[in-house]
Amino acid sequence: MSAAEILKLDGIDVFYGASQILFGVSFGVEKGQSLALLGRNGAGKSTTMKAIIGLAPPKRGAISVHGVAVQKFTADRIAREGIGFVPEDRQIFPEHSVEDNLKIGIKTGVGGRSDWTLEKIYDVFPILASMRTRMGGRLSGGEQQMLTIARTLMGNPDVLLLDEPSEGLAPIIVEKIGELIQRLRGMGITLIVAEQNMHFCLDIASHVAVIDKGHIVYRGSIDELRANDDVKKRYLAV
Amino acid sequence: MDLDALMRCVGTTSCIVTQLTSGMIIGMLLFLIASGVTLIFGVLNVINFAHGSLYMIGAYAAWTFYQLTGSYFVSALGAAVAVGVLGVLFERFLMSKVYGSNVLMQLLVCYAVVLISDDLIKIIWGPVSLSMGMPVEFRLPPLRFFGGVVPPFYIFMIVAAMAIGLLLWLVIARTRFGNIVRAAAVNGPMVSALGIRVNLYYAAVFGIGSALAGAAGALAAPVRSLTPGMGFSILIESFIVTVIGGMGSIVGAFVASIIIGLTRSFGSIGFPLFVDGVMFLIMALVLIFKPSGLFGRPHNK
Repeated sequence: MSAAEILKLDGIDVFYGASQILFGVSFGVEKGQSLALLGRNGAGKSTTMKAIIGLAPPKRGAISVHGVAVQKFTADRIAREGIGFVPEDRQIFPEHSVEDNLKIGIKTGVGGRSDWTLEKIYDVFPILASMRTRMGGRLSGGEQQMLTIARTLMGNPDVLLLDEPSEGLAPIIVEKIGELIQRLRGMGITLIVAEQNMHFCLDIASHVAVIDKGHIVYRGSIDELRANDDVKKRYLAV
Repeated sequence: MDLDALMRCVGTTSCIVTQLTSGMIIGMLLFLIASGVTLIFGVLNVINFAHGSLYMIGAYAAWTFYQLTGSYFVSALGAAVAVGVLGVLFERFLMSKVYGSNVLMQLLVCYAVVLISDDLIKIIWGPVSLSMGMPVEFRLPPLRFFGGVVPPFYIFMIVAAMAIGLLLWLVIARTRFGNIVRAAAVNGPMVSALGIRVNLYYAAVFGIGSALAGAAGALAAPVRSLTPGMGFSILIESFIVTVIGGMGSIVGAFVASIIIGLTRSFGSIGFPLFVDGVMFLIMALVLIFKPSGLFGRPHNK
């Protein structure tokens, strides 16, 4: 791929203890692209996301952000290189208010960019504005998902990693999260969305990588995947 | 047992005032130490078994600074800062290496530090006990409340400890630093993934906890004799305080410290041979009826 890749994984192997979870995973995203990382439960999606942010550092292989090799960096440093991580299971701070959760995320982006302010967050996420003093632990699942995304946006990331944003949410909420992600895409944020829900990704992704048992088994544009019944049947249980 | 003496004491205001203030100074020393233990445990999830040594070093450092400067306030501040810096070094070079290890490993590292610092104290300051004496700033006539005699230094000590405790609470509850520290206590990796150098916060928390122990040592220096190993018994008591108050709770440490301090001072009249027994009894009762401590939340890690 081209040199414009903002984030690039090159043959990464990740282990949990003695067991290998990822086998030579490689893919990249260009600025403004939106990549869906699709795969079944346990295929290695979350581990890939954690490897990028540095919470599951690869044993072999390279990860670069803006051309900087980050695979040896700690999570906080990778975040400051422009990666924003939204974990699955949300991980909001339950005993902090909504606003305090957001304030913890405050960080200037690469080059001192600070597009995201509390006002702008409340503008994009009006539901959070109405509950700024409520404890994070008292929010519903959908509200917590909004808060996690908003908290990461406060750090002005160049690439947003969303790990299973639709997981465990009611269909109507999933639809709202989808609209939100569309809106973020419209703002030019580069996205990687890990999902098992292919239909959720068809509308929000421009490109797709399919992962199975720790291997990337398919890469292409979202339209190519749409036409490829073989991949859909074999790896995505559609 | 001499419960008659205790009854006689609580029958006179002068005895109540005297015992109350001496109980409070025991309690406030314990509070400063226990709040450091509980803060470090709450955020880093490690128990600093070497915390008593930091208290001891604080007392000796204050003694030396006082000899050099002649100013108690400068000495106390200097001791707190010096022990705080020592705590940061201890955290960065030793404790941070065993965060992931089991408790025995952490205990062993701390115990090594306890032994080394006790010996270093003997080498530097000698094995015999030292005494600072009443600092020149506090050589004032004693105050009288309701017939009870209270040295002015005691008042200073109680007020200073409370002010430090209040400041600590404000920093943890109201500032961005505290906001991040409380988040790191719940989920360090997530804080790190948001771009925050969480290791610096861990070191800072350890440094603050250590500075509190150093301040306690400095406040104790005029009223306690300084001996190598003086940190050990107060460490045990500060653990009792931490358990009663609830691991991780500064407010709990405050309340429990006063309970233990008053138990000590009034107990020394009523049941001098069983004071320790009563302290452990209180702890056992709390553990039976509220295992997470008076102000603690159930620990879910």
